[in-house]
Amino acid sequence: MEAITVTKTKKSGKRPDYIIMDKNTKAIIFGFQTRAIQRMLDFDYICRREEPSVVVIVNPTRDGMHKCFWGTKEILIPMVRTLKEATKMHPEADFMVNFASFRSAYQTSKEALETKTIRSVAIIAEGLPEQRTKELIKIAKEKNKWIIGPATVGGIAAGGFRIGNTAGQLDNIVASKLHRQGSVAYVSKSGGLSNELNNIIAMTTDGVYEGVAIGGDRYPGSTFIDHMMRYEKNPDIKMTVLLGEVGGTDEYEVIDAIKKGRIKKPVVAWCIGTCSKVFPAEVQFGHAGARAGAERETADVKNKAFKDVGVYVPKSFDDFDKQIEKAYTKLVKSGKHKPIPDVEPPIIPLDYEVALKQGMIRKPASFISTISDDRGEELRYCGVTISRIFEEKWGLGGVIGLLWFKKNLPAWAREFIERVVLLTADHGPAVSGAHNSIIASRAGKDLISSLVSGLLTIGPRFGGAVQGSANHFTKYLYAGEEPSFMVTDMKSKNVNIQGIGHRIKSVTNPDVRVTIMVDFAKKNFPVTETLDYALSVEELTTSKRNNLILNVDGCIGVLCCDMLRGIGYSRDEVREFVDLGILNAFFVLGRSIGFMGHIMDQKRLKSRLYRHPWDDIEYMMPDKPEKVK
Amino acid sequence: MAQRGIREYDGKKMLAKYWTDYISKDFKFPGKIVLVDPKTKLDDLPKKHKWLKTEKLVVKPDQLFGKRGKHGLIKANASFTEAKKWITEHMNKETKVGKVTGMLTHFIIEPFVPHKGEFYVAIKSNREGDMIYFSNHGGVDIESVWKTVSEIQIDVDQDINKVNIESKLPKDTPKEHKKMFAEFTKGLYKFYRELNYAYLEINPFVVSGKEIIPLDLVARIDDTGHFESSDKWGDLTFPAPFGRKLSKEEKYVKMMDEKSGALLKLTVLNPKGRVWTMVAGGGGSVIYTDTIVDLGYRDELANYGEYSGNPTTDLTYEYAKTILDLMTREKDPKGRPKFLLVGGGIANFTDVAKTFTGITMALRDYKKKLKDTKVKIYVRRGGPNYKEGLKIMKDLGEELGIPIDVYGPETHMTRIVDMALGGK
Repeated sequence: MEAITVTKTKKSGKRPDYIIMDKNTKAIIFGFQTRAIQRMLDFDYICRREEPSVVVIVNPTRDGMHKCFWGTKEILIPMVRTLKEATKMHPEADFMVNFASFRSAYQTSKEALETKTIRSVAIIAEGLPEQRTKELIKIAKEKNKWIIGPATVGGIAAGGFRIGNTAGQLDNIVASKLHRQGSVAYVSKSGGLSNELNNIIAMTTDGVYEGVAIGGDRYPGSTFIDHMMRYEKNPDIKMTVLLGEVGGTDEYEVIDAIKKGRIKKPVVAWCIGTCSKVFPAEVQFGHAGARAGAERETADVKNKAFKDVGVYVPKSFDDFDKQIEKAYTKLVKSGKHKPIPDVEPPIIPLDYEVALKQGMIRKPASFISTISDDRGEELRYCGVTISRIFEEKWGLGGVIGLLWFKKNLPAWAREFIERVVLLTADHGPAVSGAHNSIIASRAGKDLISSLVSGLLTIGPRFGGAVQGSANHFTKYLYAGEEPSFMVTDMKSKNVNIQGIGHRIKSVTNPDVRVTIMVDFAKKNFPVTETLDYALSVEELTTSKRNNLILNVDGCIGVLCCDMLRGIGYSRDEVREFVDLGILNAFFVLGRSIGFMGHIMDQKRLKSRLYRHPWDDIEYMMPDKPEKVK
Repeated sequence: MAQRGIREYDGKKMLAKYWTDYISKDFKFPGKIVLVDPKTKLDDLPKKHKWLKTEKLVVKPDQLFGKRGKHGLIKANASFTEAKKWITEHMNKETKVGKVTGMLTHFIIEPFVPHKGEFYVAIKSNREGDMIYFSNHGGVDIESVWKTVSEIQIDVDQDINKVNIESKLPKDTPKEHKKMFAEFTKGLYKFYRELNYAYLEINPFVVSGKEIIPLDLVARIDDTGHFESSDKWGDLTFPAPFGRKLSKEEKYVKMMDEKSGALLKLTVLNPKGRVWTMVAGGGGSVIYTDTIVDLGYRDELANYGEYSGNPTTDLTYEYAKTILDLMTREKDPKGRPKFLLVGGGIANFTDVAKTFTGITMALRDYKKKLKDTKVKIYVRRGGPNYKEGLKIMKDLGEELGIPIDVYGPETHMTRIVDMALGGK
């Protein structure tokens, strides 16, 4: 796919005053509404517009480029932070679709109306204070500009331009023939019913020319009459449809214009809310200056007024479609209008999500994850909801069981894991890992960097004995070798047995940590084969030297293997864990607690940068480098 | 969100609070007023409001309805003891006002002000700005003396300070009050604009020494102005119109509506009606109800109902259950079928199949009752995934053995009304 940057477009071209949107309209989108933008572009594409209707996005919090589809290709639409930049970049854009919230829609719409190059503003937000809308209406009137909305989905010029999300999904747009121009224009108060109007008009006539939903507010930025007069002047529009509502008196301006002959084209009209009469009457206000009786504002009276001036008015909404058909058929029969033929729209590839949902496509996943799922109502670890983990007190050991082994561990295993974490949590500031963490922290590095600095020392010489002992003991045990063979074989290879030996502790002065763990395992573990093997080895090594005891790392290493066997893994699987280096996980997890403790300690002490003292370094530099022969 | 009525009490309190900011420092409105609700301990009031014991009082209900004098709901020139007695007699009493019966729960007590002239001022919003109405003949139905009213239009971008209000007051304005009334009107307008009022009527106000006292005040506030003016509004409530007593089910739906981002509405018009609607979308629900009435089935119409704003499956389920429960409580006495219209227009981006999930769950729950009361279901809907949604409903009908007819956008939105009822 190639990406094209839309920076310069052709001029929008001159158009008559009565057209506010058409196939040449270029729009600025205020607000980073990615889906609405894509919907507008998709509409452009099925209308076979030459150029995209969206030329620039105003997003106060981000600038740059926004990538979207243009048919099957991808294009880049510039995104700027201010309207000023947008209008400077695209002076040919005379339409702004304003997605700003009700809080900021007034300011942004005002700025747009006061900008020379913008002629029309559609305000989508619902909940603008009436006074603010009135101020906008005044500005628009003075500057001869258009407002559609507030509180609307917008409107649509069939075959040309779609305001935001108007008319719904593409299949609905095509079903309603909106991808090409028809000859019927409508204006509706409700945006929610505009889809229905598109559908009705498409089924009964040669289709919609344009439709506008003026929005449900008391003071819409443009009213029925404004659009009806535009439609009257436009020779491509042959008849109009008006869908009004109970409340307000705006419909009477249209009735008056028809009466006075200012509107001559056929009109089909209906005001919804005729059911208001069956609702329990609510007490009237002490209506003052309201000389217009409430009666005038009912749907029934408005519908009758329309009928009285010769408008096509149905008996109920149920034959609204028939009235439209009647008006249209008469128009065609009179020879005043030749139906516009249908056009096959280009095919737009389905969006991946839509196609997937409909089961039309599949694709191999790039990732597989088998341990957790964050998509549903609640986070789950290996199928167990987080709330259950708390309710049933699974604890750290239980969670590790789920995420590392995908098993619901028995109590003994959970406790063992927790003991390992507690045991390995720290071993003072002098060991290499803690030391590194402290040095990094004192060099002003952040917690994570300092922690990583410590963790990086874990390996064959520091902390790696857990992994190493597991490796050494299982290797000989699983191969069926006697402990004595292991000792002599290792000796002959000149390799120290990992997990054997202690600096201070000895047979006579045993390490209490090891004693506790061994006792725990003997009492609770179903399998202690590796421990037993290691203890046999220890017997042999301690007979040679008193301090060649099974140390705490070694003990943890072998017990981890026995735990894995105890929770159901075969020897082969245990070896696989060992080969993958997974046993280091226990030590890393535990010791991270200690490292972070040391780091926090240093930070709180405000320790300065550490510099190793000169007198602790024996400088043995030669006078000159060795010469290479 | 729209213009909403506020209590006379709140209007007067606000006016008194901002009087010197907007209206005048020379003449005053002391704002002596007390609101009494069912929880108020009447005997404790004089401790905080000493004037209750020292002045003659006026008492009247404050529940968004007018013409209280005509309905005998004003007690004037009363002592505190008399006022208390009057309130106790009227509190929590069913009362008929016009065509509506409701419970009296809120009263205001104010000083009784002996006065000579009664004056009228009102400000009403219109598309271009606001119209100020002024008359020197207040205290009566203003329509009956409309000739005496001056109309002063202030456009939305006009600076009221540059308008010569004095010259625009009615010719019969008493000379001694002219300046004061002009200042008052100007200030009242500023107050009205700054606090996002949409309607403010004082009929009448009177002059008492160096005070202007509004005797009767009616106001509506544009509640979308909340983010601009709520600091000034203070703790303001928008009471429900008088007499709207909600049934248990209506209250339940209202509660769900308020506690979620979705829109759920239910008004039971006639629980014995045979046609129940459950319609998606505001416009759609009005149109279905209209059509039932317009086609002459007004007596069969049971409810007005709407669900929109993408309610969750749980909410739709609860909502559907509420309606199904109401409609299946009793069989039609003549043994005729009942109808449930699950209607709607063509959705923009709502997944239709998904919205039907909650409804199908409820229909399963009510399988037996639906059969017992001979319910026939008609579905009409369009929009994303509507074919799947209609298929789910159709299959459900076969599974439950309940007649469910389904239609898509190729069928005119309201045709199911006549399909259901036309056969009768």
